[in-house]
Amino acid sequence: MSVLTNNLDLFLSAFGQTLQLFAVSAVLSLVLGTFLAALRVSPVPVFRGVGTMYVTVVRNTPLTLVFVFFVFAYPLLDILRIEPYTAAVVSLSLYTAAFVCEVVRSGINTVPVGQAEASRALGLTFTQMLGNVVLPQALRSVVPPMTSTMIALLKNTTVASGFAVVQAGNIREQLADQGDNVLIGLLWVALGFVILVMPLTYVQQVFEKRWSVAR
Amino acid sequence: MTAASAPPMIRVAGVDKFFGPLHVLKNVQLEVPKGQVVVVLGPSGSGKSTLCRTINRLEPIDSGVIEVDGQPLPAEGKELARLRADVGMVFQSFNLFAHKTIVENVMLAPVKVRRTPAAEARKTAMELLERVGIANQADKFPAQLSGGQQQRAAIARALAMKPKVMLFDEPTSALDPEMVQEVLDVMTGLAKDGMTMLVVTHEMGFARKAADRVIFMSDGEVVEDSTPEEFFSAPKSNRAKDFLGKILTH
Repeated sequence: MSVLTNNLDLFLSAFGQTLQLFAVSAVLSLVLGTFLAALRVSPVPVFRGVGTMYVTVVRNTPLTLVFVFFVFAYPLLDILRIEPYTAAVVSLSLYTAAFVCEVVRSGINTVPVGQAEASRALGLTFTQMLGNVVLPQALRSVVPPMTSTMIALLKNTTVASGFAVVQAGNIREQLADQGDNVLIGLLWVALGFVILVMPLTYVQQVFEKRWSVAR
Repeated sequence: MTAASAPPMIRVAGVDKFFGPLHVLKNVQLEVPKGQVVVVLGPSGSGKSTLCRTINRLEPIDSGVIEVDGQPLPAEGKELARLRADVGMVFQSFNLFAHKTIVENVMLAPVKVRRTPAAEARKTAMELLERVGIANQADKFPAQLSGGQQQRAAIARALAMKPKVMLFDEPTSALDPEMVQEVLDVMTGLAKDGMTMLVVTHEMGFARKAADRVIFMSDGEVVEDSTPEEFFSAPKSNRAKDFLGKILTH
């Protein structure tokens, strides 16, 4: 217990940083991922191609390599200087967006085709149909896999520790430097993640219940 | 009505359509003048539903011309959306938006497509629901309604766009028998009010009572085009005689 109480400041600030990385990346990846899913079901072949290409490239690249690119390779291009924290947010968002895209797209596929036909027959444009009819129904059916994707994102934030962005993944090093018991410290970190994931699971249950509209 | 005075509401000329190797519409010709109620009959697989769906381009055609109110169907895009807004469609499977209440279903397109203020759209929607007899169901979700009520809601949803013409694609085929009449009553009311209608159906009673014209299709071709009296009492083709023989014996 003393490992935790003696380093409470370290634990709180590190997990605070983890939460912040997670929250910003979650919002960005949900927006970008939904947009990518819209591209992938678009009637325009070029848009579909772009969406498919993005998912193929980004989903198949290890997250560490995405980080390496934005922290070490991207600055060499000398376009716009970014801080390690920004690089971490960009990497996590772009990477997770590919997974969000596929989750949303699987949701879109669960919406009966008649819903889209009725929208088109009423004169709704593709964007109106997607925004008012298809996506609201698609998102309801993807709450469990979307929660899993978000939990994966939360845990993936620790990859940032290798790239000068201090968060919960760095607690071990700091404890080691101070000569504290690293094993106990790591157990506390693990417990910290369990505590962070629990609200996500709760949110999942709430949405599942609220959105269980009969078809 | 003479051909020169006004363009027909629907003109289908020389339309062919293939599903892969299957020739589903064969050189189809059809004109529906304003205010006329045309019922399309025929055995299943005869192409009548496909024909209905080509008129607002839910099914694209391979050759020929389709005009609505004198305007050829544009390619997929904003202009087609505008044209579809003027063509009401009622589906066999209702296709009400499952996540919206009945009144929201009716309001959606007027608000999003016509930019009608929500309050006004709601008022019109309630009047239409009153007209089809389900105003008391306005705040329920589609799944909470019976099939007949859902289909009447779907008709109200189409009418909310103040369409020039209504397409009905087997509107009563998915209904329990005791609910067919309530939907047909709404459709008969519309016909009496002068709505231009193209109705694909198996309801011979409706064809007899409400139709101005009956089109009989078989194997992707329009085989007969006559008045209901003529068609039911003295069909010209053998295929129509055979079809009527089968459905009238049970």
